[in-house]
Amino acid sequence: MLLFLPVAVPFLTAVLVLLARRSLPAQRAISLLGAGALVIVAGMIVARVLHEGPVAMQAGAWPAPFGISFVADPLSAALVALSALVAFGAIVFGLADVTADEERHGHHALTHAMLAGICGAFLTGDIFNMYVWFEVMLISSFGLLVVGGGAAQLDGAAKYVGLNLIATVAFIAGVGLLYGATGALNMADLHGRLAGRTMETPILVSAAFLIFAFGSKAAVFPLFFWLPASYHTPSFATSAVFAALLTKVGVYAMLRVFTLVYDIDGTAIQTLLLWIAILSMVVGALGALAQATMRRVLGFGVISSVGYMLLGLALASPLALAGSVFYLLQDVVAKAGLFMSAGLAQRSAGSEAFGSAGGLWRAQPWAAVLFLAPALSLAGMPPFAGFWAKFALVKAALSAGGYGVALAVLGVGLLTLLAMAQIWNAVYWAAHRGEAAIRPAPASMLAPIAGCAAALLVAGVLAGPGLAAAQAMAAGLLEPEAYLAAVLGGGE
Amino acid sequence: MEVTLALLAGLLVASGAYLMMSGKLLPYLFGLTMISNAANLIIFSSGRLSYADPPLVAPGQKAVAAGAANALPQALILTAIVIGFGLLVFALTLTYRSFYVLGTVELDEMRVAEPPEAEGRG
Repeated sequence: MLLFLPVAVPFLTAVLVLLARRSLPAQRAISLLGAGALVIVAGMIVARVLHEGPVAMQAGAWPAPFGISFVADPLSAALVALSALVAFGAIVFGLADVTADEERHGHHALTHAMLAGICGAFLTGDIFNMYVWFEVMLISSFGLLVVGGGAAQLDGAAKYVGLNLIATVAFIAGVGLLYGATGALNMADLHGRLAGRTMETPILVSAAFLIFAFGSKAAVFPLFFWLPASYHTPSFATSAVFAALLTKVGVYAMLRVFTLVYDIDGTAIQTLLLWIAILSMVVGALGALAQATMRRVLGFGVISSVGYMLLGLALASPLALAGSVFYLLQDVVAKAGLFMSAGLAQRSAGSEAFGSAGGLWRAQPWAAVLFLAPALSLAGMPPFAGFWAKFALVKAALSAGGYGVALAVLGVGLLTLLAMAQIWNAVYWAAHRGEAAIRPAPASMLAPIAGCAAALLVAGVLAGPGLAAAQAMAAGLLEPEAYLAAVLGGGE
Repeated sequence: MEVTLALLAGLLVASGAYLMMSGKLLPYLFGLTMISNAANLIIFSSGRLSYADPPLVAPGQKAVAAGAANALPQALILTAIVIGFGLLVFALTLTYRSFYVLGTVELDEMRVAEPPEAEGRG
């Protein structure tokens, strides 16, 4: 039962919010309570996984591989917990950011429905069920994108919807071909059936479809164009949740499917993933340098970060994968912090555009310092968590003889630092240009940003246990014996 | 039978791709619908097409008899059709609303979110 709660709690919250649609205070209270309950449920799952190792539960008590399995291994449990925390922070942030009009049109209900989809995708052990959770997440994010109804939002949404629907079709076609070749959908079952068959034509075609589908959702090069078209258009709280979680679901699906289901070690798929990862890193960082509003810089930063997360999968050594997993986890927090900082800048200075924002260092030095923590973590500067993730990736690349890869990681880190410095100069350091005075920062906006900054600092200073946990998660991906035993050996 | 379905799926993908490259939002969505139907045909053929017996469990038996049809791909297609229908309705509504607010559904003219002059450091 426990593993189904991260899906059930947000759905229930969404329904309750809809029932309370006449009263905005009631909507906000239910939304906050629901997110709080999700944090507690996620905490219980983490405690159970820490205690017992991977846990599996079968829907309707149909034994695997006939029923649909839900599985929490260390990586899934950590991602569900981080998603719950970030969503809670974003809802607190949204109290001052999301307009009453957006709330009246269903902002809270859609946020929780999207959370249900995200948690379901992280926990499911069945590849068709993963498709369903992707769609739950996608349709809710469509709604969140247009809930404000502005021209830019509709324009961004048209591109987001159009390009993501192609990925959806590729996903279902890949799953269909995989089922035709193996007769299985349960990922643990597929692991056994696909052993040694990766190079057969139907299997390779299904893998190509799935790389396209997950790559589009993760916004890798060259499938990322929907992201910079849309992520800067909705409310900042929505942007923060999108940037922190949505692309991560695509990355998680890649990590899970291309370790557990397909054995890609030494195949051309690995080479393809390596190029995708490096080109995403470089193109994202260069794109960020060419933008002139805070959220558009950060949007290209999302693409660049996804490259780092796939690099470990392409290098496939335990240390590289641990580096990618650690990067993935810290990036959830860093992206939430950065997009919420952009929201605070917009509210305080009246603009997030480089030409018209400014003066925030003088007016709100603490908020400016809180922006620096995720910004420097993104660029890979010590003492923040991002430094250790990149350190592990560079070390893994060097020990595999990939000097070019290591150079790309370090060079892109430098470009990212430059992009963050541009934000710092234009929005925080430059003199205030607007006519209206700078508004004070509300506590409900500062607190979630401070939480993100503190988490990144703690994870960076106490990196030892964090990296050890990431190594355990990576080992669970590379050697899934405990996962397989939990799913196929009974369960509840 | 498989060959017929494969040709049909190829035809659907080709016409769908042609429509999607027209540069207008509405034909784009129609093309996408065609391609998603091609994907449904792919799943359908993955269940092996044959004159099989209906997948019903006879009285007193615990499983379907050998040679029964595989019902799972059809269940998958059903799910995919339902999801695809919901997504299409949303996308059509979005198109209508975009036309209402932006005054165009020509994709090259929809540059509100990414205005061309903002691409440099203007």
